[in-house]
Amino acid sequence: MTAIVADVGRCVGAGQCVLTDPDAFDQSEEDGTVIVLQDSPSDNEALKRAQVAVDICPSRALSLTQ
Amino acid sequence: MTAPALQTTRQCPYAPPEEHTRIRDTDSGISQVTLPSGQIAWALSRLEHIRAMLTDPRFSSDRRDPNFPRFTREQPSFDIMRRSIIQMDPPEHGPARKAVVGEFTVRRMAGLRPRIQEIVDEHIDAMLAGPRPADLVQALSLPVPSLVICEQLGVPYHDHDFFQVRSSALLSRATTAEGRRQSVTELRDYLKDLIAKKAAEPTDDLLGRQLAQGNDPEDVLSLAFLLLIAGHETTANMISLGVVTLLERPEELAALREDPARTLPAIEELLRVYTIAEFANSRVAVEDVEIGGVTIRAGDPVLAMSNAANHDPLAFDDADEIKLDRGARNHVAFGFGIHQCLGQNLARMELQIVFDTLFRRIPSLRLATPADKLAYKDDVLIYGIHEVPVTWDDPA
Repeated sequence: MTAIVADVGRCVGAGQCVLTDPDAFDQSEEDGTVIVLQDSPSDNEALKRAQVAVDICPSRALSLTQ
Repeated sequence: MTAPALQTTRQCPYAPPEEHTRIRDTDSGISQVTLPSGQIAWALSRLEHIRAMLTDPRFSSDRRDPNFPRFTREQPSFDIMRRSIIQMDPPEHGPARKAVVGEFTVRRMAGLRPRIQEIVDEHIDAMLAGPRPADLVQALSLPVPSLVICEQLGVPYHDHDFFQVRSSALLSRATTAEGRRQSVTELRDYLKDLIAKKAAEPTDDLLGRQLAQGNDPEDVLSLAFLLLIAGHETTANMISLGVVTLLERPEELAALREDPARTLPAIEELLRVYTIAEFANSRVAVEDVEIGGVTIRAGDPVLAMSNAANHDPLAFDDADEIKLDRGARNHVAFGFGIHQCLGQNLARMELQIVFDTLFRRIPSLRLATPADKLAYKDDVLIYGIHEVPVTWDDPA
């Protein structure tokens, strides 16, 4: 099962993941860092969006694990 | 050691200078160039290399390092203030960015939508009530983002001529060292006075909230300076470039009007092809680093040719073509790494509201000067257009 892992310490709050998939990601109101709402993509489309989010995350704070 | 002088004149409004694409398409994609400062810098031109550099802590963003790439002979003049977040490296950078980035989340930006819509509508009303042709830059491109950032920061908009003139001077390559220093000093003094007033009488705006959180007024000053300059000139230029591009592509514009879901992907493509802050991703190496088979030594200045990278055929199919439905978001128009543009989601939303509203409200909008006769900003650090005369039909 693929899971989305976020390293909040690396995150700089650019919000690229939220823009990619607002159902899967949100940002803390306080410091803008990532909050993972859905840590396992429910279908192929969600997985593709997660892969885009990982690729474009500027601080390399996101990864996918098997 | 000698290296050819950096070229900055684009082949066309979106195609990078020929020299940049020539370097990109060599085996290594890396070469040395001489900057206007006389510094010899490594020029990176491939997307992969620039993304690698911008996520590598062995490169510093400290613009006060004497080896940081410069476009002027003299040292930068903003050293009369403390470092702003864009000049900080870890570990100083993270907490400073996190203290303000909550103001720019996707959700916070969505909350600004009704007010931005109102501002855009008011400016379109005023343009329609005025003479034809109108200059889109003065009627819409500049005032909309300027008003938005002023309201967000809590800077009085009626002072916008004051900071507009000075921020333009700072961004022009033609400004003398003395002129640059004077502009920085006057802007600094203006903001310092404003922040002192906010410290005495708290206001519910970004700068007021920064002070209320207990941040040092000197740090709030550096932040205010950065956000005020970065927040209006950039978006303004993208509005002008975007409108001209869309007017030149009537079929695609018609598709956009039919289906507003096409606007955001189109904005990503416009950001990619124009890459207006093309050298903003530059850094200085603080350790020896190998990139693309080239060893960059500690202390070497590194220039990111971001526009060449955003047209890199290894990263984008038909990279030189504008495809408004491309949907590629791996470009570096907003930078990459820990310094990626703080206001990018504000910029996207401003562009979206402006394009959707302008073309819906004025279907007959057209250029009053052909696109190839417009004055493009090859002389400015942020690319754009100086003036965009537009006209439209009488309402039916």
